[in-house]
Amino acid sequence: MIASILKVLLFPGLLFLGVYSFVLEFVDRKVYARMQNRKGPPWYQPLADMLKLVGKKVILPNNAQKFVFAALPTVSLTAVVTAFLCAPVWGMQAVTAYEGDLVAVLYLLSIPTLCHFLAGYNSHEVYSTIGAFRTLTQMFAYEVPLFMAFLSPAILAGSWSITGIAAFYAARPLYVLINLPAFLIALLTSQSKLERAPFDAPEAETEIVGGALVEYSGRYLAYFRATAVSELTVMASVIAGVFLPFFTGNGAVDFALYLVKTFAVVLVMVLLRATMARIRIDQTLKFFWSVLTPVAIAQMILNLLLRGGLGL
Amino acid sequence: MKKKERPGGLAGLAILNLFRKPATQTAQFGLGGIQKGYRGRLLYDPATCINCVMCMRDCPTGAITIENRGTKEQKDMHAYLDVGRCVFCCQCVDTCPKKCLSCSSDVLLAAFSQDDLKIEL
Amino acid sequence: MSERNDHKVVLPIGPQHPSLKEPGSFKITLDGEKVERAVVEIGYNHRGIEKACESRNYTQDLYIIERVCGICSHAHTSCFCQAFEDMAGLEVPRRAYYIRGIVGELERLHSHLLWLGVASHEIGFDTLFMYTWRDRELVLDLLAQIGGNRVNYGVNTFGGVRRDLEADLMQDILHVCDQLEEKIKYYADLATTETTLIARLKGIGVLTPEDVRHFSAVGPVARAAGILDDIRVVEPYGVYKEIPVNAVTDDHCDVYGRTLVRVKEMLESIRLIRVMIREIPEGPISVRAPRKLPAGETLRRVEAPRGENIHYIRSNGSDMPDRVRVRAPSEANWHGMSYMLEGFQLADVPIIIAAIDPCYSCTDRAVSLSSGRDEQIASWDQLRLFGIEQYKKNGIDPGSIAIRPF
Repeated sequence: MIASILKVLLFPGLLFLGVYSFVLEFVDRKVYARMQNRKGPPWYQPLADMLKLVGKKVILPNNAQKFVFAALPTVSLTAVVTAFLCAPVWGMQAVTAYEGDLVAVLYLLSIPTLCHFLAGYNSHEVYSTIGAFRTLTQMFAYEVPLFMAFLSPAILAGSWSITGIAAFYAARPLYVLINLPAFLIALLTSQSKLERAPFDAPEAETEIVGGALVEYSGRYLAYFRATAVSELTVMASVIAGVFLPFFTGNGAVDFALYLVKTFAVVLVMVLLRATMARIRIDQTLKFFWSVLTPVAIAQMILNLLLRGGLGL
Repeated sequence: MKKKERPGGLAGLAILNLFRKPATQTAQFGLGGIQKGYRGRLLYDPATCINCVMCMRDCPTGAITIENRGTKEQKDMHAYLDVGRCVFCCQCVDTCPKKCLSCSSDVLLAAFSQDDLKIEL
Repeated sequence: MSERNDHKVVLPIGPQHPSLKEPGSFKITLDGEKVERAVVEIGYNHRGIEKACESRNYTQDLYIIERVCGICSHAHTSCFCQAFEDMAGLEVPRRAYYIRGIVGELERLHSHLLWLGVASHEIGFDTLFMYTWRDRELVLDLLAQIGGNRVNYGVNTFGGVRRDLEADLMQDILHVCDQLEEKIKYYADLATTETTLIARLKGIGVLTPEDVRHFSAVGPVARAAGILDDIRVVEPYGVYKEIPVNAVTDDHCDVYGRTLVRVKEMLESIRLIRVMIREIPEGPISVRAPRKLPAGETLRRVEAPRGENIHYIRSNGSDMPDRVRVRAPSEANWHGMSYMLEGFQLADVPIIIAAIDPCYSCTDRAVSLSSGRDEQIASWDQLRLFGIEQYKKNGIDPGSIAIRPF
C-alpha cells in the first residue's frame, strides 16, 4: 500500500513528472534556440520562469466567473497528471494499468484543451474569445486522426491498455513497422494538440496576442503553463509506449530506454516547430480532414484486416 | 523552371546549426561589437579652441556648450556636453575650424541621474 | 474593448500589439475569421519633424531628416542633400556619389533583411526571423565601420560625404557581400519551395495594377504588381546615372510577390555594390557647401528601400528653410491598406500590414483642415502636364520610360 502511494507520489509519479517536464521544457527551448543559431536559456530557466509566475499578482477580470476562472487551471493540470500514471516508465508496467486506459488517457488529455476553451470563453475578452473558438475548431480537426492513430496499434494488439499494447509489440518488434503511418500522424496531431508551430493558430502571438489565456496571470497562468509542459511529457511518454515499444525486461535499462525514446520524440517535435510557418486555422482544418484522416482510416482498416489475416 | 514545393525546407540548416557555434554574443564581458570608427564621447582640446562657437550653432540638439571662464586675452576654455541630448552625429567635429574637437569610441556613458549626464569634456 | 452587433466582433489591433513594431491602430470588424471592414488610424507617432526643420539651420536639419526613419536614414539624407545641392548649384565629386551609392545599397540590404525577418515573424516562422536578423548584423557592422553608427550612419553632408572609404574597408564589404549572396540565394530558394511559407503568403493582400494606380502605392508594393516605379531606373540620380540598375518586378500582385521582389532586389543590390566598388574613382569626397540657400524651391525624389522618397525644400534666402516637406514611402502605401485587408482572414492581417514595410513615425504628419475657400485645385491632367514639362526641362523625356501596360 505504502509502496504504491510512493509510486504515485514520487517515482514514477508526480515528482518525476514535475522534474522530467522541466527537463523536457529545457530541451525543447534549448534545442529550438540552437536550431535558430541562438545560445538558448540556461538549464534552470524553466524552473525560474515557473517560480516567477507563481510569485506574481493574480488579476481576475471583472466580468469573468471567479470560481470557474480559478478552478480551470487546476482541473487541467490534474487531468494531465492523472493521465501520466498510465504511461510505462520504469519497465513495461505502468503505475496503474487496466484494460481501456489508452482511451482514458486520450480523454484525460482532451480536458486541458476544453479547459483552454472555457478559460478563453469565460474571460469575456475579444482576443481570448477568438483564441477559445480557434482552440475548439482545432480540436475538432485533430481529435479524429489522433484517436484513430492511437487506436490502430491497439486494434492490432488486441488490447486497450498501454501496458498491454507495449507487451504485445515487445514480443513482436517487427509489427511496429506496420504502425509507421499512425506514428507520423500521432506526432503531427500531438503537435497540434500541444498548440505548437505550425499548428499554433489558437495562441498566435502576432494575431490574437496569446489567444485563450490572454487574461490569465500569476499562479493561474503558471498552472496552465505547467499543464502545457506536462502534456508534452505525457504525450511523448504515451507515444513512446505505444509506437516505440522496445523493452529489455530490466527495469533500469528500460527506464534509460524510456528517456531516450521521449527525448527522440521531443526532438522531432522541436524540428517540426522550428522549420515551418504557422498555418492558418482553415488550412489546419483542411490538412487534418483531407490528408491525415483518410490515412488514419486506411491504417485502421489495414490493422483490422491484418488482425484477421495474421490469426492473432 | 517550377521547383517542387515541400515543407520543412529549413530542416537541414536547422540540424546543422545544432552543431555550430551560436551567433549570440554576450555583452557581459566587454563590448564586442564596437568598431574602430564608432562615434562616441567627444574629446576636446582647450588649447586650440578659439571660442568661435560654430559647434554650438551647428549642433542639432544643442547638446554642446563652450564657455570662456577667463578673459579675452587669458583664455580659460571649458566644453560641456549633455550626453542626454547628444545624438552623436559629430557634426561639431566636422564644423570646428581649428579641429579641437574629435570623437572617441567610448560609448559607456550611462548615468543614474539627469545631472550626471552633463559632463565636462 | 469589444463592440458587438449582429454577431460581429470589432477587434482592435493596436495601438499596442505584438504584431506592430510602432503604434498604429487598426479596427478590424470580423465576421467569424473573415475581415469585413478595416479602419486604419495612424497618427500616434507625430513628432513635428517638418516644423522642427523650419526653426533650425540646414546643417542641423540634416540630422533631423536623418532621424525621420530609423531604417532608411541614408535615403532621406541623400534626398535632402540632393535638394540642397540642387538649389545651391554644388558640383558633387564623383567619388562622393559612389560612396553614397554603396551605403545606399548596403542600407537596402539591411532594410530588406529586416523586412524578411519581420514578415516571417508575423507568420510564426521564427527560425527564418532569427537567421535573417543574424545576417543583418553583418551589414550593420559594416555600416558602423563606414559611418560610425549602426543605424544613423551620418555619411551624407551637403556637397559630398563625411568619411572616405578605405581600401581594406572595401575588401571587407566585398567579403560580406560574398557571404550574404550565398545566404540570400538560400532564402530565395526557400521562399519558392517551402510549402507553409507559400501557403501563408500566396494570394494574400492582393493589389492589382489598377488598384496600385488608384491608391498610388509605391515601392515593392507597386513593383510586385508589375509597375516599374523604381526611381533609380525611371529617373536616375547620382551614381545610378553611370551604373544602370536592373529593375525587379513581379506579377503576383500579392504578399508573395512583394517577398520575391525584395529578395531579388537584395541580390541586385549585391551586384551593384560589387560594380560600384570596382569602378569607384579616386578624388575628393566633398566640396564646401554654403550656409545659406538662394530663395527658391525644389523637389527631389530618391528610391528608399521602401519606395519613393520625396523631399521638398522652399528657401527664403536665409540659413533656415522656409518649408520642408518629407513624403516617406509608407505614407503613399497607407491608402490602399484597408482595401488590402478586407476580405481576407484575421490571420492574414499582420502579414498584410507588414508587407508594405510600414514605417509609422515616418508617416505621421499634422493635418490641416481648410475651409475650402481661397484654394487653387489643380486637376490630375494639369499636374501631369506640368510634371512632363518639368522633366523635359531637366533633360529627361518621360515618353522613354518603360511602363508595363496592363
